[in-house]
Amino acid sequence: MTLTHILIFTIAAPTLSLIFKGRWRGWLLLVVSTVALFWLQPGMPIRQMDFWLPVITLALVVLVWIATRPKQEEPEQRDLRLLLVPLAILISTVLIIGLTRYISPLCCITANRPPDMLLILPVLAAITLLGTGLFFITPKHRWPMVVLIAFLLGLLVIIKTEPLALAASAALRSLMAQSAEQASALDIRWLGISYIAFRLIHVLRDRQIGTLPDLTLDEFACYVLFFPTLTAGPIDRAERFVKDLRAPFSLSAEAAFEGGSRIVTGLFKKFVLADALALFALNGTNATQTTSTGWLWVMLYAYAFRIFFDFAGLSDIAIGLGRLAGFTIPENFDRPYTKPNLTAFWNSWHITLALWFRAYYFNPLSRAMRSKAKALPAWAMIGISQLTTMVLIGLWHGVSWNFAIWGAWHGIGLFIHNRWANFTRAQDKAISARPRLRLAIDIATTLLTFHYVVLGWVWFALPDMGLSWQVLLRLVGIQG
Amino acid sequence: MSQQTPNTGTEWHYVARVIIKAAALFILLNVVYALLDPLPAIGKLSIYNRLVPGRERLPFGETPDQSYNLSLFQLDAMFASHEVNGPKAEDEYRVLLVGDSSVWGILLRPEETLAGQINALGLTTSDGKRVRAYNLGYPTISVAKDLLILARIDDYRPDLVVWLVTLEAMPANKQLSSPIVQHNPDAMRALIASTDLDMDTDDPAFIDAGFLGRTIVGQRRDLADVLRLNLYGVMWAATGIDQIYPEDYTPLQKDYEPDDSFYDLQPPLMHDDLAFDVLAAGFELAGDVPMILVNEPMFISSGQNSDIRYNFYYPQWAYDDYRSLLAAEAEQQGWRYLDLWDAVPPTEYTNSAIHLTPEGEAQLAALIGEAIVEP
Repeated sequence: MTLTHILIFTIAAPTLSLIFKGRWRGWLLLVVSTVALFWLQPGMPIRQMDFWLPVITLALVVLVWIATRPKQEEPEQRDLRLLLVPLAILISTVLIIGLTRYISPLCCITANRPPDMLLILPVLAAITLLGTGLFFITPKHRWPMVVLIAFLLGLLVIIKTEPLALAASAALRSLMAQSAEQASALDIRWLGISYIAFRLIHVLRDRQIGTLPDLTLDEFACYVLFFPTLTAGPIDRAERFVKDLRAPFSLSAEAAFEGGSRIVTGLFKKFVLADALALFALNGTNATQTTSTGWLWVMLYAYAFRIFFDFAGLSDIAIGLGRLAGFTIPENFDRPYTKPNLTAFWNSWHITLALWFRAYYFNPLSRAMRSKAKALPAWAMIGISQLTTMVLIGLWHGVSWNFAIWGAWHGIGLFIHNRWANFTRAQDKAISARPRLRLAIDIATTLLTFHYVVLGWVWFALPDMGLSWQVLLRLVGIQG
Repeated sequence: MSQQTPNTGTEWHYVARVIIKAAALFILLNVVYALLDPLPAIGKLSIYNRLVPGRERLPFGETPDQSYNLSLFQLDAMFASHEVNGPKAEDEYRVLLVGDSSVWGILLRPEETLAGQINALGLTTSDGKRVRAYNLGYPTISVAKDLLILARIDDYRPDLVVWLVTLEAMPANKQLSSPIVQHNPDAMRALIASTDLDMDTDDPAFIDAGFLGRTIVGQRRDLADVLRLNLYGVMWAATGIDQIYPEDYTPLQKDYEPDDSFYDLQPPLMHDDLAFDVLAAGFELAGDVPMILVNEPMFISSGQNSDIRYNFYYPQWAYDDYRSLLAAEAEQQGWRYLDLWDAVPPTEYTNSAIHLTPEGEAQLAALIGEAIVEP
């Protein structure tokens, strides 16, 4: 999001919610979020993809809603009404955006000129046909939900795995009559797909286990595509989001003040602190250019704070915009670098992602291991759950050895802390009775945790394992 | 705060007050900023020479994320970032080198530039002082731009100034075309007035900031540049890199069209065609500090149409006239002058007729070094 986007959203969020009430609010939010999906989508070297990827996102949203839609007593009429009005809104919005191809002054919603209408119409017809087929299969059959989860996971794997992304780019280039030889793994820049896919998987899983509330298509699409959270989350939960959406909205002074303050704070974190630190934060190029261990540490600290301020700033902006539009978006950060242990760190860093993995991977895995007839020892179950969860969190950022190692680094750290906390529980009570000692230990453990996290960023910031290992050695004075 | 004020009307009143106060404060700050014009003072606030080493040449660069360097127009910040702003040792004989991109050292590492090569010679003066050369070159070709730099040398206690010039920097009617001159209108106008230059202080080339342009909002780019320059100081300290050193570059042109034009000037070149008044002003600004004027080396082609042109920049007639005029002017004014136009062989040029290889710089340094220590 640029400053222009944020300024326009800041004005639009409260204005639209104040003018349009009830059902209209949801519909209008849907229009705004759909337009934002196209507007925020970055341009790509693959022709017309900055139009088609948002269309695919919308298609996925509609298909997942159809697959997870509520069972009604009179399915035909009610279901159709729930589907058709928002569907008409979505299709009309896409068509209007497509029409900007022919109105050059308005042709600023998408990064590049949209495709010909003669191409858009058949694609929309095909998606509608697919949706219609799915509509008649579901909700009687549940297998489409499994297929959709597999599809979404597959999509994430393709986009986040360099060779697969390269192959996908080459295929898309060929499809668009472009040279496949110029394909790059960085070509496919799909706005917010990591977050959108996780929201969709969340509703699919919750429908499978029967905990998803009934959502209309417009409510569902607003949840998945809510414009403040498109670029960098947080990953809200559908049942929480829809409560805000259904609640009557009137902008209170408190909400306006809080929302405005959060946006200003976010802007400062993102565009002043993070962007300034980015100038000397560790990266794959400067890591090889630096000759001194001391400066390497400075660059690593800069990276650690840069990534925090960047992400926390974007979260603040999203939360602030949400507040102005009448939504209490969940917090994503809670002073993570001040936590005295790694468990507390992960309860305060990218909180919504950690909660997602806890809900859909860690807890089910732990339950499955516990329910086995020959259950593993508790420490082994904890170790396996924590390690694999953190490796998966690492891979969510990109399928590479470096992200996997970063995840494992944290998984091992969490396991060690878990065992240590278990081992020292008795002493901990005694220490708590001595405030000065407690304070000293808290300061020491906070510094230790911070540096463990900071060293972990080496794997995250650098592109390959060899360089990361070399930098780690240099940081501790070996080969320095 | 707002939870303690349940009356919604009051809360909105409070929000409105905060917004109005913030807006008023913002406007006031901008007005005060515009009136005080603190940018030069802000420019002098520098981490260079304090937290990180000073740069070995003035900041210049179009790809900051790779070169950890950037072009800006704030002269105070530029000088504050330079190592010349550091302390001067008792036994130091400080030599400031002023000139264009050939002095700054395009494609050269700091130690390979003319200043670096002179320092590598380990020269000492007759009274036993160590010669320490500082690179104050800047990559735009205009002697008026050099004058802006010379106007500040007093602050850095030089013992000698070496000013390298070439014909391209001399045409009278292109003196104000350098962006750094255009963006420093007040400083340049002051020089025009104080040294009686033959230039129009109302020339449209000057980029004057109106009142709005002097506010914080108007100067946001300049302020950001000063901040970025300082932040890149960390990378400068960590890597010693201040420009991109490509594996390959496009070598200079050696064959030319049969074209003998030089700007809109006609042969023979006349005294008034060239900015000799700027050179005189430079010597005037140097005051008691001795100065050597150097006609810098250039590539002399033997390729196609080399009987018409010496190189990409110069037709033979223009350059020959320039050399004659400059030599005569130097003699008449009593300037110490070195004509080194052909001192470096054609094999020692890189991507331009004035950019030297490290070896070429070493050869030039040997010649200039001799002149520096010459009693």
